[in-house]
Amino acid sequence: MTFVRFVAVFIFVCCATAARADAVDDALAKFLDNKFTSTAQGVNDLAATGAANAPAILDALGDNRLLIDPVARIIVYQTSGGDLINAKTGEKLSGVGADSFKKVRVNNGLRSAIEAAVGALTLASPDPQKRASAAEAVFKSRDAGALAVLDAQLSRESNPQVAEAMRQARAAIIVLDPNTPSADRVGAVSTLKARGDQDAQSLIDEVAAKSDDPAVKTAALAAEAAIKAHLVWLNVLQNLIYGVSAASVLLLAAIGLAITFGVMGVINMAHGEMVMLGAYTTFVVQSALPPSFLQWSLAVALPLAFLVSAIVGVAIERLVIRFLYGRPLETLLATWGVSLILQQAVRSLFGANNRQVVAPDFMSGSYDWAGLQITTGRLWIVALAIIVFAALQLALRATSFGLRMRAVTQNRRMAAAMGISTGRIDMFAFALGSGVAGVAGVALSQIDNVSPNLGQGYIIDSFMVVVLGGVGNLWGTLLGAMVLGVANKLLEPVIGAVLGKILLLVFIILFIQKRPRGLFALKGRAVEA
Amino acid sequence: MKTPVLRLDRLGVAFLIITIGAAALAPILALVVPRDSAFAMPPYVVALLGKYMCYGILALALDLVWGYCGILSLGHGAFFALGGYAMGMYLMRQIGTRGVYANPILPDFMVFLNWKELPVAWWGFHSFAYAALMVMLAPGVLAFAFGWFAFRSRVTGVYLSIITQALTYALKLAFFRNDFGFGGNNGLTDFKDIVGFNVQSDETRAALFSLSALALALSYVIGRAIVVSKYGKAVIAIRDAESRVRFIGYRVENYKLFVFVVSAVMAGIAGALYVPQVGIINPSEFDPANSIEAVIWVAVGGRGTLVGAALGAVTVNFAKTYFTGAFPEYWLYALGGLFVLVTLFLPKGLIGLLNLRRRAAKPTPPSTASLAQQEEGAL
Repeated sequence: MTFVRFVAVFIFVCCATAARADAVDDALAKFLDNKFTSTAQGVNDLAATGAANAPAILDALGDNRLLIDPVARIIVYQTSGGDLINAKTGEKLSGVGADSFKKVRVNNGLRSAIEAAVGALTLASPDPQKRASAAEAVFKSRDAGALAVLDAQLSRESNPQVAEAMRQARAAIIVLDPNTPSADRVGAVSTLKARGDQDAQSLIDEVAAKSDDPAVKTAALAAEAAIKAHLVWLNVLQNLIYGVSAASVLLLAAIGLAITFGVMGVINMAHGEMVMLGAYTTFVVQSALPPSFLQWSLAVALPLAFLVSAIVGVAIERLVIRFLYGRPLETLLATWGVSLILQQAVRSLFGANNRQVVAPDFMSGSYDWAGLQITTGRLWIVALAIIVFAALQLALRATSFGLRMRAVTQNRRMAAAMGISTGRIDMFAFALGSGVAGVAGVALSQIDNVSPNLGQGYIIDSFMVVVLGGVGNLWGTLLGAMVLGVANKLLEPVIGAVLGKILLLVFIILFIQKRPRGLFALKGRAVEA
Repeated sequence: MKTPVLRLDRLGVAFLIITIGAAALAPILALVVPRDSAFAMPPYVVALLGKYMCYGILALALDLVWGYCGILSLGHGAFFALGGYAMGMYLMRQIGTRGVYANPILPDFMVFLNWKELPVAWWGFHSFAYAALMVMLAPGVLAFAFGWFAFRSRVTGVYLSIITQALTYALKLAFFRNDFGFGGNNGLTDFKDIVGFNVQSDETRAALFSLSALALALSYVIGRAIVVSKYGKAVIAIRDAESRVRFIGYRVENYKLFVFVVSAVMAGIAGALYVPQVGIINPSEFDPANSIEAVIWVAVGGRGTLVGAALGAVTVNFAKTYFTGAFPEYWLYALGGLFVLVTLFLPKGLIGLLNLRRRAAKPTPPSTASLAQQEEGAL
């Protein structure tokens, strides 16, 4: 019994393959005429067979790589490697050159037919990922010709996600078709509503505007409102993500400033240039390392940028700031002068143009997570900001150097009376703050133009963060960066980038009326210095 | 009063003689003396010196707040630019039908942006008197509003400096926008007439120079009158020991506010005289770098001297004109170096050097100001 069944199945399968092979032969034969009409017929027939090598043949046809010998009635296609392959048997031909064949002519009408056919074939591809993206392509193109294939594939699709994509593609096609029964179109609207993204919204907008069927129209209007609400939330979430990403950049740039300002009470106007030096260090590291080490260039650049900026920072402290102790306004002016010199020096060395810094592979690309866009590079910067913040907290809380530094921040004279060498602490604090700025520069080189003016854009923003957060402790800086970064990105889509920035500046000016020393102010006598 | 109001020292007298003399002499040298004579002033020199005079007024205004009241404003360029914009708006409306689009009411950029009516902010600017009022009112009101908030909440030191910088930065961003209504990125330019005279003509340029020089002299007189008055003594005391002055019973914020507003109005007038002479005003005048550059003029000349500020403005700008022509690469090095060297080695500026030479002959006791500062630090 089993045997009989086996034989029956075997015969059936053989017949089926044979029948299919015949169909492929018939379809291929149409290409031999080399006339546009019969070629178009051949394309449709070949696609209908669903043969495994059909996509390759159709691709070749579209690229003028399908060749025929009308006399010997042989059809071959040339692979991109230059090999000639018999379309019927799939064997590689040897000993014949491509010039002994004739090309099958194609025109633009044929090309689009080929594209649609390949799309339909990919819908049947064994790879679910390919099926899903093919369905997505159909959703975008709304090609009514794909409807038959879609229906056929949908009935045998086993992967629920791919099936959903196909249902959406199907809905996109039929929802605007006046010949489809109204109930089906209402169903299509609810499928689109479930999809709920920008594309679905624009499609439903169109339905709501065009459709004269009252049932479809009401469904479309309801779906429109639902999607809009969903998109608003999605938008807010997306802007929050952008905001956190901007906040991490701000935090990196400002945290070094918070340290130097906290300890010494002076604004280092050249702080932005420390960031810029970090970015240029990344550039130099990438040009110095062989290309094969590109993936590791940032790992090399991070400590190096810290070192370069820290050394320059110490030089500034020892040569300039030390002599202006107790004169914060003069320090501000002198460090501004230093920043001009550093900018011009970099301009003379590297030129005024932007320098190209390459992102390693693991930092490029982006995720799409439930409709939210997350860029990998930004994610790494957020991670770096968290690491830097945690490391600095640790350094300030758990080391004796940190203890001394906090003591000097709180009350310099008392700290000096307790035997702390405030001059040395100043120097180290400056090295630390500048070094962290250099690390920020490595991160910024990935998202901003590496030019001599890189740092200037950050000094005001950084100081705003410090003003908002106060110099009491680093949590204030974190909070300040978060508030500014997120508020900026939330305001941006509503009132525009420039107006948003102005509004925030006005907010800060009003804020320091209320809390002149920031959110986390130091308490005690040190405040009224 | 027994003592003369100004109590001019020799430096002040020399300053007034030079500025008023220049105002009287320049038109003669530029217009009457034949062109090929060695004493003739070519038109570009008139324009250049006129620019320096305006910078001098700006520096003097800055010195009034920084040198005498201890408020380091990094946003005085904003007041300068606001005055400039007020004048620019008057000049724009004087163009009338001579513009590219020949619209009798709307300036070209508004026609270009397809606006139908004149924005409210532009009303009245066809009248010179109104424009002149706005030249003083716009910076004055802004300074009053800003100072009222800032000084009342006792924002001082570097906090105040950075906030003023943020102020000018915010204005720069705002003026860059087309829909803000002041010409956007391109600003205001292509001026034709000022009170009926062609802005390009040699006569007008000479007259503008003389006016600028006279305005500089007048600014000095006003500034001097303030700082030598009883009021001025309180202002100087605030600079040296703010808390102490407050504890004695003075309303520190009122004193600061007055000086700040006067200084802002002066800066606005400087901007208004500057614009017809350079022929353009655009948002880059609001750049924070410009404001901080003005601070270095004051520092180079010597702060707290008024004369020194104007001297510094002219000296540094002369150097800038020379350097950017001869070695453009090195100007930023020179400027940066100037910031560092002056703050480190020349805290009293060029005027300090002059006084040093005079003091070498007869030693004087240390100034009370520095004594007060030391005590304040010890508190």
